[in-house]
Parts: sequence; structure tokens; C-alpha cells
Amino acid sequence: MDLVQLQRQLVDYRTSLYHEGFLDEQFTQLQSLQDENNPDFVVEVVSLFFEDSERLLNELSKALEQQVIDFKRMDAQVHQLKGSSSSIGAHRVQKLCIVFRNYCEAQNVEGCLKCLQQVKHEYGIIKTKLESMFQLEQQILNAGGSIPV
Amino acid sequence: MESCNCIEPQWPPDDLLMKYQYISDFFIALAYFSIPLELIYFVKKSAVFPYRWVLVQFGAFIVLCGATHLINLWTFTVHSRTVASVMTTAKVLTAAVSCITALMLVHIIPDLLSVKTRELFLKNKAAELDREMGLIRTQEETGRHVRMLTHEIRSTLDRHTILKTTLVELGRTLALEECALWMPTRTGLELQLSYTLRQQNPVGYTVPIHHPVINQVFSSNRAVKISPNCPVARLRPAGKYMPGEVVAVRVPLLHLSNFHINDWPELSTKRYALMVLMLPSDSARQWHVHELELVEVVADQVAVALSHAAILEESMRARDLLMEQNVALDLARREAETAIRARNDFLAVMNHEMRTPMHAIIALSSLLQETELTPEQRLMVETILKSSNLLATLINDVLDLSRLEDGSLQLDLGTFNLYAVFREVLNLIKPIASVKKLHVSLTLAPDLPEYAIGDEKRLMQTILNIVGNAVKFSKEGSISITAFVAKLDTLRDSKAPEFLPVLSDNIFYLRVQVKDSGSGINPLDIPKLFTKFAQNQSTGTRNSGGSGLGLAICKRFVNLMEGHIWIESEGLGKGCTAILIVKLGMAERVNESKLPYMPKMPTNHGQTAFPGLKVLVMDENGVSRMVTKGLLLHLGCDVTMVGSSDECLRLVSHEHKVVFMDICVPGIDSYGITIRIHEKFTKRHERPLLVALTGNTDKVKKENCMRAGMDGLILKPVSLDKMRSVLTDLLEHRVFFEAI
Repeated sequence: MDLVQLQRQLVDYRTSLYHEGFLDEQFTQLQSLQDENNPDFVVEVVSLFFEDSERLLNELSKALEQQVIDFKRMDAQVHQLKGSSSSIGAHRVQKLCIVFRNYCEAQNVEGCLKCLQQVKHEYGIIKTKLESMFQLEQQILNAGGSIPV
Repeated sequence: MESCNCIEPQWPPDDLLMKYQYISDFFIALAYFSIPLELIYFVKKSAVFPYRWVLVQFGAFIVLCGATHLINLWTFTVHSRTVASVMTTAKVLTAAVSCITALMLVHIIPDLLSVKTRELFLKNKAAELDREMGLIRTQEETGRHVRMLTHEIRSTLDRHTILKTTLVELGRTLALEECALWMPTRTGLELQLSYTLRQQNPVGYTVPIHHPVINQVFSSNRAVKISPNCPVARLRPAGKYMPGEVVAVRVPLLHLSNFHINDWPELSTKRYALMVLMLPSDSARQWHVHELELVEVVADQVAVALSHAAILEESMRARDLLMEQNVALDLARREAETAIRARNDFLAVMNHEMRTPMHAIIALSSLLQETELTPEQRLMVETILKSSNLLATLINDVLDLSRLEDGSLQLDLGTFNLYAVFREVLNLIKPIASVKKLHVSLTLAPDLPEYAIGDEKRLMQTILNIVGNAVKFSKEGSISITAFVAKLDTLRDSKAPEFLPVLSDNIFYLRVQVKDSGSGINPLDIPKLFTKFAQNQSTGTRNSGGSGLGLAICKRFVNLMEGHIWIESEGLGKGCTAILIVKLGMAERVNESKLPYMPKMPTNHGQTAFPGLKVLVMDENGVSRMVTKGLLLHLGCDVTMVGSSDECLRLVSHEHKVVFMDICVPGIDSYGITIRIHEKFTKRHERPLLVALTGNTDKVKKENCMRAGMDGLILKPVSLDKMRSVLTDLLEHRVFFEAI
């Protein structure tokens, strides 16, 4: 595929992510921080986000399998997840984290389990989407073009 | 046979005297025995005998006396020694008991007597209370009567009913023979008998008001006893009987007798009516104090009720008047509306009809100008063109004005370039000015915004009109146009007290001054300038043309723009200055709608980068830490990252100018760190500024931060621009608390 088409595809893809509420303006902010001094800023931050989130989600799953559930610790972990997702603009994940925290406060196990499933699901989606976006960007760079803002 | 040692009785036992003594003793004994029985019986019956011990004693005394007398019966004849000893014992006992009783009685009898005195005292008290009860009951009766009377009087708002009811009820309550009400006449010099109780149709009997008795009654607010011979009291035909006592009381009236509402009169000119009450003749009844009080109270109540009735009547009348006026006004309004609509229709039609031929004339005349013409013809064509242009302008002006008057004209608001407007005006006016050899200068203040929100077309029209006037009325000299942002104190003009500018954040007031050195205006003519179709007829201006509508339209445009326009001149030949002030909106160049509100800052945007600024960022969350670092790096700062409070305390040094801390993490005690940092850096200029980062909008948290000694607080998410302005503000003011 030629460069212009790739670039157009990228722009459309990004716009759709915003429209569907997967990303919010915080992600735009992130992109604006990327410059010559920091060429891979966005990719680095997003990778860090993936690592962090996977770790947190595993710990949350383990915590909910215990006999005695430590809601306070879970609450702290969900808080972390919320912070990370809002920092990169993962809008849907962040919203789910808020609901999750409410269930933790109410000590509602059913609600927490359900929420965890949803968060994992949303996280999976956003991870796939962001990875596809990065792949597109890499393709453009390889073809010698520049990434449109 | 042993005989007793007693002395031989002198008389033989069957002597008559002996017999009588025998019988008497027997009866005495009987009586003596029955008295205690009676006492016991009756005391048992009553519950209140306080001296039981005395009773016992007394009983003992009596019983023993009885016993003695009884035993005596046996001593009349020869008796044995036993009897004698029994007799002796009895007598001894009796003696003892009697002595004790006698001694007791010394104490008891005064008590018993005092009981009696107390009883008497209580009886007196009871009698007194009875009397007082009687009095209270009477007063209560009176009160009840008053309430009942008041109720009757106040239950109606019709003054005739009020007065009639008063008289009837008073007559009934006090059992009066006659009760009458005298009202002051319209002239105020006489009292006229208006209402009576018994006589059905009072003859218009009048009495002059300045009678000493009447004055006496009017001067006091109490019921006054008057003589039955007084003219106001002569209500019954004189007869043989003794007339009953008469009492008169004043009834304050708040209005004249025909109840026209005047201004509320002063107390001294109060008008009174007179109420006269007569007790039945030949009844020897006297006026009691409580009856007089009743009368006074009733008189007051009547006064109040009457004034209420009067007010009601008056307000009904006023209301009827208002309704009539309303109807008339409505009609007038509808007529005016019809007229306006007719005019508008006419104008709309005429506008079109007039413009069509105008257009033809102007177009063809200009075409004609292009052709070959003789100088004479050319002059004629030019005149035709000029006149038709003027006419076209006049038609436009008239249409505009009528729309302005209706209020159907609305401003077309939009963002426009203010500088361009002035330049355009200047360009348009320069040719004419140079022909007249007038020098035109334009000065725009440096703080005048380049872009503004308002109605560009009409603003230009207004400014052009004013500048055009300046050029028109100046034969020589110069014209200067200045424009600047008006400050609050210059906005107020004593000549226009209704112009009250209100400053707010995104509007400003543009002030334009056009000064010319032309013919000037007589200050007395200035008010007429802005009225339609009035043009001052001084000699120099008669041939200048123009219709005199221009300024009127300008004024209306300026009013629509919530501004003010006026002209100052020192006199003829001294030139004049036209000043206009209009409200315009501030245009924003950047769309900053996503950013939360930030406190007022000076308009200089500050640095765009902070090279080498050493900053410490503490955040437990890796991702957000990285994002914040990215932000700060982009702004050129030298960023150190820490992930825990210990690390933070270890690494913080006086080289760091700012420390950003995420405080909504549960594990980190940010207040503790704040305090420790304060302790570590005692000198204020060495201490880095401490700023809290939080995604949590909690007023309590903000106050805690302030109290703990933090220098700032910002809400996440932080955008690049926000971080930039936060840092600018922080470094300038050393404090930044975002509004929550």
C-alpha cells in the first residue's frame, strides 16, 4: 500500500478510536509531548501501561479467588489502574475502574468479579487497538514517511 | 357488829333531805357517766378534734366523779369498811384527775379560743374573695360583651351596618334608653345627628361643634359624663321623668364625614364623631366604671372599623378607575400597533418601490457619465447622480430608522478585525478630506485588542458617519481619530446617568474620539443633534446637504451596542469632539474550552520553556509518573523521578525548585512529607515549592494541603499548556492553587 493511503488509514483509525470513546484527549496530550528529544515517548508510556496493567489485573484476579478478600488492598490496586489508564487516556478502562472502586467500597464480591471481567475485556480491546495503531505507524516510518498529527 | 368509823349521820336515813340527796347523787352519777359516752360518740363521728388526750383526761375525770357520786349512794346508810375504802380511793383518784385536768385546761383553753379567732379570720377572707370573684366576673362579662360587640362591628365592612350594629349592641348590652351618633358635617363646623337607636329617622338636627362640653369630650379619650341638658343629649322629648345619666365619648375618624381620602391628617387636625349614651330615666342607675371602659373600647373599635370600611370603599373606587383606564390604554395601544404595522407595511412596499427606480436612475446616470458629454451636460449628469445617491441614502436611512424604532433591528454579531475597520474608515474618508485639504490622523491605543466580537457593519457605519460629519463641518484644519479601551472611571458620564456600564471578563468598552477643528456647535444646540430631522441651521451648514438623520441612527446603533455617544463643543468656531463608547466582546484566539478555570493572571503568557529547571516528581504510579516526566521534559525541565516518600526525602535538595507530589495515593503520606521537607529546609528561599497533583476534586483535601504547607495544587489530567502556565505562575507568585 502506498504511503498516502497508509497515512490516511492511520488518521481514520485514530479518529475512530476517539469517536468510540476508547481514547480521550489525554492521549492527544501524550502525542504532543513526543518530539525529537523524545521520539518514542508514546510507545514507551503505552508499553509501561501494558506491563503495569497486566500485573495489576493478575493480582486482582488472585485476590478475588481468596477465601478472605482484602478489599482495601484491591481498592488501592484499582486506584493505581485508574491512575495509569487516565494518564494515557484509556477512557473506557478508566470509567470501569471507577465502578470497580465503588464495588470494592461496598465490599460487593459479585460486583467486583463482574467488573474485573469487564476491565479485562476492555483492556484486551484497547491493547489490541493500540498495538495495531503502532504497527501502522511503524509501517509508515518504514516506508519513509512521517506520522500525521 | 362492827360499825364504821364514820360519824353518826345527823339525820336519819329516811329523812326527806336524805332521800333527795340520794336521788340527786344517782342522777349526777348517771349524767357523769353519759357525758363521756356522748363525747366519744360525737368525736368519733367528727374527724377533726385535735385534743384526744384531753378528751381522755376529761373522760377519766368525769367517770371518776360519777363513780364517786355513785359510791356515795352507799354511804348514806351504814356501810362497811370496804365501801368506805372504795369511796376513799375513788375520791382520791377523782381529786388527782381533777387537779391534772384543771392544770391542763390552763393550756388548752387559750388554744381553743385562738381556733375560734382563726375561724373568724377565715370567714372574713372568704367573704373578701367572694367579693373579688364578683368583680372579676363582672369584668369578664364586660370583656365578653366587648368581644361580642367587636365581632359584630368588625364582621361587616359597610359603614352603615357598622354604626347601626354598634348602637344596637351597645343598647342591648348596657340596657340603654337611647344611643346616638353625631358626625361632623362636611364643613366641620357642626355635628349632625346621623344615627340613633330608637328614633328611626333622625331629622337632620345639627349642633355647632364648638361647644365647651363637646370640646371637653373631644379632648379626652375617655368616656365623659355630661349633663342631660347639653344640646347633644337632648334626644328625647322632655318629660316629667328624671332623665338618666348621660355619657359621651369621642370616636376618631380618619377622614371627613363623606369619606374622601385626603392626605393622612396630622394628629392635631383629627376629626371626631360623638357618641352619646343615655341610661334609662327614672331608673336610678349609675354609670359604673366597667361600663365606661366598655364604651371607650367600643368607641375605638368603631373608629377602626369605620376607617377600614372607608379604605375599602376608596380602594374599590380606585380599582374601578384603574380598570377604566386600562381599557382605554388597551384601546390606544391597539390603535398604535395598527398604525405601526401600517407604517411598516408602507415602508416595506415603498422601500422596494422606491429603490427600483432609484437603481435605474443611478445606474443609467453613471453609464451616461461614461459617454461623450458637453461640460454643461456633464455637470447636469453629475448633479443628477449626486442627488440620486443622496436620495438612495435617505431611503436607506429612513428604513433603518423605522426598524430601529420598532426594535426589530438586531445586531449581527461576529468576530471581526477592529484595526481593519478603522483603516477602512480612514481609506474611505481620505479622498474627501484631501480635497478639502483637511489632515486626518488615526491613533489606535496599543492595548486595543485586534479582534473583537460585535456588529462590524454597523460599527463602521457609525464611525464613518461621525467622521464624515467631522469632515463635512470642517472647512480647514485637521481631524484626529483616537480609539482606545475605556477604563471604568472614564465610562461614567454625568450627562448620561442612565448609562451604567458593567464590566465583566470577556467584554470591553471601545472609546472612539473624533476631534475636528471645524465650525463647532453652540452648546445649547447639542441636545438637538441626535433628534431626527433636526439640523442646526447656522449659516455655514445650510449648503452642506445631508438629511439630519445620520446622528439619530448612530445613536440608536450605539444604544443597541449598549454604549453611549455624545458631542462636546466649546462653541461656534471652536471645533467639536464626538465621543462614542460601545460594548464589544473579547475575541479569543485559541479555543481553550477544555481547560478548567484558572485564576486571573496578567496577560503576558510567560515563558514557553523552563530550561534547566530542576524538578522532582513523586508518583507511585509508573505510567502517570512517566507522563508527567514527559510533560516536564518537553518544557525543558531537568526531571528527577521518585516512586516513594523515602526516596523523595532522600533525593530532595535545595537545587530542586519544584516538587510535584501525587497525593491521592493511599500509601503515601503526603502531608507528612510536606512537614518533613519544611523541617529539612528552614530557609525559605532554599526550600523547593511543593505542589500537589491529584485527580480528586475534594475541597477538604485542598484545605488540608494548604494547611500542611503546600504551595500549590493542580488537578489531573494536566495538559501541556496547563503545565506551562502553572509553572509560570508558580515561579512568579510562588503559589498556585487551582480552583476546585
